[in-house]
Amino acid sequence: MTRTILALAAVATIGSAIAAATVTAARADRDGEGRRLGAVTDMATIEECGACHMAFQPAMLPARSWTAIMNGLSDHFGENAALPDDKAKAITGYLVANAGDASGRDNHFMRGLGASDTPLRISGTPYWIREHRGEVRPGAFEDPRVKSKANCVACHRGAEMGYYEDD
Amino acid sequence: MKTRCRRALLALPLLAAITLPALANPAREAAINHFAAAAKAENPGFSGFSAARGEALYRTRFSGGEAETPACTACHTDNPASGGRTRAGKDIAPMAVSKSPDRYTDMAKIEKWFGRNCKSVLGRECTATEKGDFITFMSGK
Repeated sequence: MTRTILALAAVATIGSAIAAATVTAARADRDGEGRRLGAVTDMATIEECGACHMAFQPAMLPARSWTAIMNGLSDHFGENAALPDDKAKAITGYLVANAGDASGRDNHFMRGLGASDTPLRISGTPYWIREHRGEVRPGAFEDPRVKSKANCVACHRGAEMGYYEDD
Repeated sequence: MKTRCRRALLALPLLAAITLPALANPAREAAINHFAAAAKAENPGFSGFSAARGEALYRTRFSGGEAETPACTACHTDNPASGGRTRAGKDIAPMAVSKSPDRYTDMAKIEKWFGRNCKSVLGRECTATEKGDFITFMSGK
């Protein structure tokens, strides 16, 4: 009897925890904030991509964007970022597997993107543009302390850990 | 006596680290030797690397590369002992070996960065002589 009550109590606790989490997620979904992307975990990605700019979370772009970016590394926004084939292939694999549309599920970064839209910059996605519009002075990106829209950490101190809700 | 000996032995590597020039890293020496052999093959009259030529390479403004990066100093600053910044705004560790002791000790990394940056600054590949000069300059900085 006691065991049954305990089991029921446990189920109820887990149930309410799930309900609470669902409510939080739904709220976060509405305003597009409150979600953590997590840190980049692949060492080669951290080392190679992170040498010149923050190693961006793969969830910020669809898989087709990562493939296009990784296929054009010899002219990477005016920079020669070419890598040995095996390394490029391994990094592409990580980025694609963790992309914003991986396993057929679109995350919030995919909002407003057409099925064949292939943004090459995260700052070119409708979601990024919407999130920064009005909140950030356009000139702020030219500030020498920021220098570039690719410098997320200039304002989002926890960006490398996947935390962007400090805006 | 025994203790004193042991203490002296323990102090030896520390002393070596302080007194030996920064160049004395086996991997960096191997890289220099590699470029010296290649420089000889490029030019039979090659007679050794020059820190002065390396410094000139570091500071010269070239016109063959990208407009945004006419010189090494565009990203690495005029002072190799201070940190630089990439075009994307990320910090770059100092190029000077005294400040970044693990620089120029990984052949793949050395060739990767000369390969990329010589193209974007000079608009061509660097010669083995230029690479050796550059590392020689940075090793004394």
